[in-house]
Amino acid sequence: MKFTSLLVGGALALGMATGAMAQDDKAKVGFIYVGPIGDGGYTFEHDQARKAVVEKFGDKVETTYVESVPEGPDAERVMTQMALNGADLIFATSFGFMDATVNTAKKFPDVKFEHATGYKTAPNLAIYNARFYEGRAIQGLIAGEMTESNIVGYIGSYPIPEVIRGMNSAFIHARKVNPDVQFKIVWAYTWFDPAKEADAAKVLIEQGADVILQHTDSTAPLAAAEAAGNVIGFGQASDMGEYADGPRVTSIIDNWAPYYIERVNAVIDGTWETSDTWAGIGDGMVEIGEITDRVPAEVKAEALELKDKIASGEYHPYTGPLNKQDGTPWLAEGEIADDQTLLGMDFFVEGITAEMPK
Amino acid sequence: MDLSAINPALLLASLMVAATPILLAAIGELVAERSGVLNLGVEGMMITGAICGFAIAVETGSPWLGFAGAAAGGAVLALLFALLTQVALANQVASGLALTLFGLGLSALIGQGYVGIKPPKFARLDIPVLGDLPVVGRVLFGHDPMLYIAIALVAGVWILLRFSRAGLILRAVGENHDAAHALGYKVVRIRILAILFGGACAGLGGAYISLVRVPQWTEGMTAGVGWIALALVVFGSWKPWRVLLGAWLFGGITVLQLNLQAAGVAIPVEYLAMSPYLVTILVLVILSADKSRAPASLGKIFHASQ
Repeated sequence: MKFTSLLVGGALALGMATGAMAQDDKAKVGFIYVGPIGDGGYTFEHDQARKAVVEKFGDKVETTYVESVPEGPDAERVMTQMALNGADLIFATSFGFMDATVNTAKKFPDVKFEHATGYKTAPNLAIYNARFYEGRAIQGLIAGEMTESNIVGYIGSYPIPEVIRGMNSAFIHARKVNPDVQFKIVWAYTWFDPAKEADAAKVLIEQGADVILQHTDSTAPLAAAEAAGNVIGFGQASDMGEYADGPRVTSIIDNWAPYYIERVNAVIDGTWETSDTWAGIGDGMVEIGEITDRVPAEVKAEALELKDKIASGEYHPYTGPLNKQDGTPWLAEGEIADDQTLLGMDFFVEGITAEMPK
Repeated sequence: MDLSAINPALLLASLMVAATPILLAAIGELVAERSGVLNLGVEGMMITGAICGFAIAVETGSPWLGFAGAAAGGAVLALLFALLTQVALANQVASGLALTLFGLGLSALIGQGYVGIKPPKFARLDIPVLGDLPVVGRVLFGHDPMLYIAIALVAGVWILLRFSRAGLILRAVGENHDAAHALGYKVVRIRILAILFGGACAGLGGAYISLVRVPQWTEGMTAGVGWIALALVVFGSWKPWRVLLGAWLFGGITVLQLNLQAAGVAIPVEYLAMSPYLVTILVLVILSADKSRAPASLGKIFHASQ
């Protein structure tokens, strides 16, 4: 197997073969990112995890990454190149890389692939995702407790299950502590456009929101909240701690490092197998950033208690009784939503007044 | 649906802020195109201006110096384009595209140390009596100085092009560079100056995003505004006031559609999201149904020997 891969590598990239032979005892790990590593949010955290892998294994691994890879055929080219250069394991870190990853995995059965937030697996293609909605429950609780106008603004990226799951979870827990709370939702139709995100936040604030939740990748909404003064917000994907003395009261942090280290280790040991991971606060993949003093002590205690209950598995954010937006019953008293429904969630829960984009 | 949640005064005020970066970049590009140069590097010059302005404002603590640095940064990048197209006689379309790619990369490199830093505040003008007027005060007199500078630039360019001898020469160079050359005008020199002006304006527009509108530095933060500015120049048929109208329409409908979404208006979000592009193009196309057209020498290479 090593002989053939050397042949392929030698034929397509002359002179690379000797390099590959010299480094054959090293595990070669490639990462492809959808945004720049300097986005301060989603891609930044993936790259932090890559650095953690390097730190953990030192000389035993060699990592490469390509940033700002468009979702589509380019992704397949980048991964093919990585595989030809002798990569043992490739992390494709965005939902939109799914089909490109599936195709590349077919072409290189001996290379292992890991795809984030997707749903297609193969013998050499594993998937992993984080239960961000667990963190949203805590944000919802804080939002419900702290809003004085009873209007919470929510900036969504695209109406996909991942984002809708977070909105519902935040809303359910805001309503639990504050029956009068209303959510105003704006869809930005982008993951990353600081000017548009800032505009969306300003609009929500102008319409009375004093808490802003965001599911877009930049820190622009926090900057808008800070400029407005009496508005709070949350760090998204990364801690965004530079706003901790201002509007940011806590954050959801994507902590991919333990998972990446575990999977790289499995490749080094030769024990890697395909898998389907969906981990949350309890597993450490979703972290809650430090809650600042702007949050009253009793609310902070309440939030931490909720976090502990979710982490221990004692409480699931989607526990009945819950109805869908149109009033049809969804979960009965005490019933817990199954993962399949959550993964394909395309509806709002009862109480949200905004309409779901079709 | 709750339309009363939308405050028209605030809407108008944020419309003007949202339109200013596009307006600045577009008015600069307008001057370049009127001199016969098609510079597709607006996006690259904007993002370079955004980081240069941001870095200098952070280092010196003065947003004014930041804007000056942004204009300089944009102009330096434009100078590169001028050397390629006016001296080396390279293809303008290819050079412009290359400039955009180069600017995006360069800005990411310069910006490495500036992620997560907050720039010094750029205060709103505080005009004593006028600023306190109800509604009008907030809409017309409650902005930061750059916004007024942008409008003044539009007026200035209009006066220059329409009433001054310099404007006439610039237009002559753009319409027929051979004739202008035969009359003894320095075509290349005039075009280089126009390109530099365009670069400086684009830099200011970029810095308006990173220092006022957002305000922070993130890679790729102009997110395509430069291309919209380019399109506005064409749809505004190379006329300053139409470009202003187009920029306000685009900025206005962008802000309005977010407002309508937040107010829960029952129009599908997808239609709202595309409305700024549609309405702006529609209005400007209807306006340009008169006999206005592109400068005749636009995008053509000039050499004195031909």
